[in-house]
Amino acid sequence: MRFLLVEDNVKLATALCNRFAMEGHVADHAATLGAADDSIRTVAYDMILLDIMLPDGDGRDFLRNHRAKNDPTPVIVLTARSEVSDRVGLLDLGADDYVTKPFDFSELEARIRAVMRRLGGSADNTKAFGDVVFDSTTGQLTVAGQTEQLRNREMRLLEVFFASPGQIFSKSHLMDRLFSFSDDVSENAIEVYVGRLRKKLEPSRTMIETVRGLGYRMVKLK
Amino acid sequence: MSALNPSGSIRRRLVVQLALITALLSVAFFLAIRVVAERAATDTQDDILAASATSIAEAVYSDRGDVRLELPYYAISMLGTISEDRVFYRILVDGQTLTGYDDLPLPSGRPQGRDPVFVTAPYRDDNLRSVLVSRTLSVGDQARRVQVVVGQTRRGLAAISSKITTTAVGIGAAFFLVATALSVFAVQNAMSPLDRLAQSVARRGPNDLRPVTAATPAELVPLVGGLNSFMQRLKSALNRSEDLIAEAAHRVRTPLATVRTQAEVIYRQMERPENKKALREMIRAVDESSRSAGQLLDHAMVTFRSDQLETQQVAVSDLLHDVVDRLSPTAELKDIQVRLYVPDTPTYVHGDAILLQNAVRNVMDNAIKYSPPDTEITVRLHVDTMCRISFIDQGRGFGQADLAKLTKRFSRGSNVDDVVGSGLGPTIADDVARAHGGRLEISSNAKGSGACVTLVLPLS
Repeated sequence: MRFLLVEDNVKLATALCNRFAMEGHVADHAATLGAADDSIRTVAYDMILLDIMLPDGDGRDFLRNHRAKNDPTPVIVLTARSEVSDRVGLLDLGADDYVTKPFDFSELEARIRAVMRRLGGSADNTKAFGDVVFDSTTGQLTVAGQTEQLRNREMRLLEVFFASPGQIFSKSHLMDRLFSFSDDVSENAIEVYVGRLRKKLEPSRTMIETVRGLGYRMVKLK
Repeated sequence: MSALNPSGSIRRRLVVQLALITALLSVAFFLAIRVVAERAATDTQDDILAASATSIAEAVYSDRGDVRLELPYYAISMLGTISEDRVFYRILVDGQTLTGYDDLPLPSGRPQGRDPVFVTAPYRDDNLRSVLVSRTLSVGDQARRVQVVVGQTRRGLAAISSKITTTAVGIGAAFFLVATALSVFAVQNAMSPLDRLAQSVARRGPNDLRPVTAATPAELVPLVGGLNSFMQRLKSALNRSEDLIAEAAHRVRTPLATVRTQAEVIYRQMERPENKKALREMIRAVDESSRSAGQLLDHAMVTFRSDQLETQQVAVSDLLHDVVDRLSPTAELKDIQVRLYVPDTPTYVHGDAILLQNAVRNVMDNAIKYSPPDTEITVRLHVDTMCRISFIDQGRGFGQADLAKLTKRFSRGSNVDDVVGSGLGPTIADDVARAHGGRLEISSNAKGSGACVTLVLPLS
């Protein structure tokens, strides 16, 4: 996915762009509303992440103009204001959602996913591996002609394997993907979710294999 | 209010002072009537006495060297026109009593020509008003001095005087009563703009900081002007503190967001478990401080807004749908299902939508935070005499002993050391409920484990 991050704090913006890159996304940074306008004219973004207090204006005005232009690109507002004072107004102005700084990146991802799902998703998010089809936006898994709804953690886990089939992922890498920093869980917790995925993949010729001492990988049965 | 220093009532002071003045005036009035009336009565008696004595003196005549008197009847009878008092007379010729009462004393003092001399003196156990009239009678070639004394007791006059006194007392008292009543009325009338002003200030709600526009008497213009400018300053101070809270939130959150995101990036690049553990602790500390700062500012904002509720009709079902939609992605990260049950008929409460939303969000947020993965949270709107919003989770619940103190500021359950939290969530919800005339009820889930938090609000 390609994001436009409108944020005047350069350090935060750089860190966020790096974070998006780690997840395989592209994030362009605009430090002002003017720069954001220029970017939107030249690139088609999947989503805009918008700060409210910007040097050359109020993000809410940008939002109002954006909606007035009938631009369908969804907008998630990154607000640092008090929750009580202007949260309600943001949604009224046409933001698809908002996140209060500081935020957990997985929380932001979850909201991005929820917005994409609400807007109908896109075909690019459907990936096939062997006889298995997986939609990472809706979390639907199609195995042997049967479509099943995955739970959130199962979906996020499967997303990792689908991003790079055949690659071995360590337990700790998978843990980082699945659990937030506030969750106190042991490495064995990952086995529960791997177990669930295995059960759901059982009718297919795709399986998640344990590589002793290294981790897991998704492979096609011969 | 304790600083008020009430120093008596202007109304009472005015009435008392006016009544005192009226009383003084009544007494003076009474005395004046009495003096004038008595003087008039005495003058009348004196005039008649003088007339009587003069006519007797005129009736003395000389007859061949003798002094004779033909006492005119009317001279005595005219005295009867005043009262039935006894009358005494004595006629002297050259100091020798010609006729009448021998012992009737002569008014002392020298008569000035023909002018009568009056005196009041006791006589025969009675008070006697007497007059002395003198004339010179020529008897042959001799000039004889004729003196006539006529006296009359004063009983009738005393009766008249006492009647006048009674009347004067009556008039004085009536004057006092009427004047006092009129002064009470006048004071009431003069005070009414003051009362109206006081009422218009007292009637306004605690959040009404608009200037006082009620009709203001000239004397109170400085006071009301001072009050208005004070309220203006208070209003701008309150607005400033609202801006300050928002600004503080912004200033605290933006750098924390930078720290947190950078830490996450580094965390992903780290390999050594001990480094990852240390960084995880750091990120949790950042979360803790940002959450505390956020909730403190929320709490400040809630406290601030509770003092000046912006009330409107709030559709509770819509509000719950919004909050549940909003928090579901967060819940889903832990595979927590949020189930919302609302009745088909719309439910309204009268309140501040932003505060109510904040309260619901805080309770929901807490429920998600303390719930284990793969569980359910049930949000149920139940309406009886009150609007009850219950949040039932399958988490660890509350320790029994904690229930009462959980809504106290910064108080947390005894079993939650492993979860990031400031303990302000229930306090905020409780404050909002109370500001709306409701309450927050906390209990353990009746069925099995978990907690049940109910936000109780009055229906509109």
